[in-house]
Amino acid sequence: MVSAVFHSPLDAAAEAAAPRATPVAKPAAPLPAPAPVARAERPPREPFDWRELFMRVLPPVLGMALLIGVWALLTMNSTSFPSPAVTFDAAVKLFADPFYSKGPNDQGIGWNILFSLQRVAVGFGLAALVGIPLGFIIGRFEFFSRMFSPLISLLKPVSPLAWLPIGLLVFKAANPAAIWTIFICSIWPMVVNTAVGVQRVPQDYLNVARVLNLSEWKIITRILFPAVLPYMLTGVRLSVGTAWLVIVAAEMLTGGVGIGFWVWDEWNNLNVQHIIIAIFVIGIVGLLLEQMLMLVAKRFSFDD
Amino acid sequence: MTSFIEVQNAEMVFTTRKGRFHALREIHLTVAKGEFVTLIGHSGCGKSTLLNLIAGLTLPTSGVLICDNREIAAPGPERAVVFQNHSLLPWLTCFENVHLAVERVFGGSETKARLKERTAAALALVGMGHAMHKRPHEVSGGMKQRVGIARALAMEPKVLLMDEPFGALDALTRAHLQDELLKIVARTQSTVVMVTHDVDEAVLLSDRIVMMTNGPAATIGEILPVHLPRPRNRVELAEDHDYVHCRKQVLDFLYTRHGHVEKAA
Repeated sequence: MVSAVFHSPLDAAAEAAAPRATPVAKPAAPLPAPAPVARAERPPREPFDWRELFMRVLPPVLGMALLIGVWALLTMNSTSFPSPAVTFDAAVKLFADPFYSKGPNDQGIGWNILFSLQRVAVGFGLAALVGIPLGFIIGRFEFFSRMFSPLISLLKPVSPLAWLPIGLLVFKAANPAAIWTIFICSIWPMVVNTAVGVQRVPQDYLNVARVLNLSEWKIITRILFPAVLPYMLTGVRLSVGTAWLVIVAAEMLTGGVGIGFWVWDEWNNLNVQHIIIAIFVIGIVGLLLEQMLMLVAKRFSFDD
Repeated sequence: MTSFIEVQNAEMVFTTRKGRFHALREIHLTVAKGEFVTLIGHSGCGKSTLLNLIAGLTLPTSGVLICDNREIAAPGPERAVVFQNHSLLPWLTCFENVHLAVERVFGGSETKARLKERTAAALALVGMGHAMHKRPHEVSGGMKQRVGIARALAMEPKVLLMDEPFGALDALTRAHLQDELLKIVARTQSTVVMVTHDVDEAVLLSDRIVMMTNGPAATIGEILPVHLPRPRNRVELAEDHDYVHCRKQVLDFLYTRHGHVEKAA
């Protein structure tokens, strides 16, 4: 919605300029021509759009206020469930010193988040290294597509935690087992999306490649890879989301240092406000990961 | 005039999910070197299929196609194709799109500077020198089609195959590009096979017009030679007796004798 509002005047200007350039002779001075177009479009843009700002800021703020309001109302007379004010105080204390370390079982929230992110990065990175090439192979060759499709359909719906015992058995340690769980759960969206992307490369582009008689390397670097990239990034985005979902659950079971383990630890301490803070932190980190990848995806999307 | 492209008894049958579809039957066609031939017919008559056969993008069910004394078994840069929807790669600039073709054809034998010169020259030839570092989505439809033509011409092909290259353009841009194409072809002496559904375009550009019957199992109905002197001027030709006569013959073929019957397929 935002982009539609801000891009349309530019597009209109480009379209207005384009037909002018085609039929008329080039010497017709290029500078004075666009000027009236720009001036003609300025007046409607001049008054600041208060309504737009209003609509962008107010509803989200109201939504947030509603959540906190309901929460405050419900916890007014509660002794076991912390109110927003108590939680906020606890959060201020917690984030005042996020990077302390008092032994393996008592570390700052900053460390916990970083350890979780590290596991996600390793597991997800390995999944990308395996999943993306695998997706290319499945998309490009019918034989492999038919070979792997049943396997993917079978393994994709398996709950992440079902994989954890296998990881523990094979690696005999908690950390690699958690990474393994991340790996196996985040690989599927990348494989599937990459494969679909390769299969959907427009036939026109492949015909161009055939007429030019391009080498397989050029086909991959100049046609397949750029065409598949948006699909691939969708896969990556879904994978990172899954990985971040899975890590909390995996860490609860394996222990160590990490946001999931921290949640479980605070539950054992009956420190409920910390659990609520953890929920917010997990949500915010997930949101940031998603937004980051959206930015990357936007950078690499091509509108034809 | 020796035959340069030869189509001998080509048949094309597509096997689709709904069953077999007989697209082309008994196609015999020869095109001489330097000749401009257009294929015209109602939609669905297989004219694009015939062009794809010459391009080598599809292989005939039976029959033989020969280009420059060699059988056409696969597509190749010596038979450059200008696609209907320009088919430029959106992630490359206009320059890079053309350069990709130039690099493929001349990369083995020429220096990098020379390749760039060739690319720039091809873009200048179609009047796109000023916008060569723009991406396809930043230029108009007519300009995209020019780049598509530049890409084909830059390969110095033996044959230029064009599949309704101006079909998606507005009438004025189309006329402009037709005139440009006439000049370019006069300069480069290219052999051209072009698919069109525009009678005026066919008469204005062609040495011969290949008129196709309606599908399924379409074939060549008639071939009309156009003996108009070159260079041709569209304004002068508008009242020219021969031009009007040719036009009438094509119209007669398309609408009187092979009127498009909308059958319940």
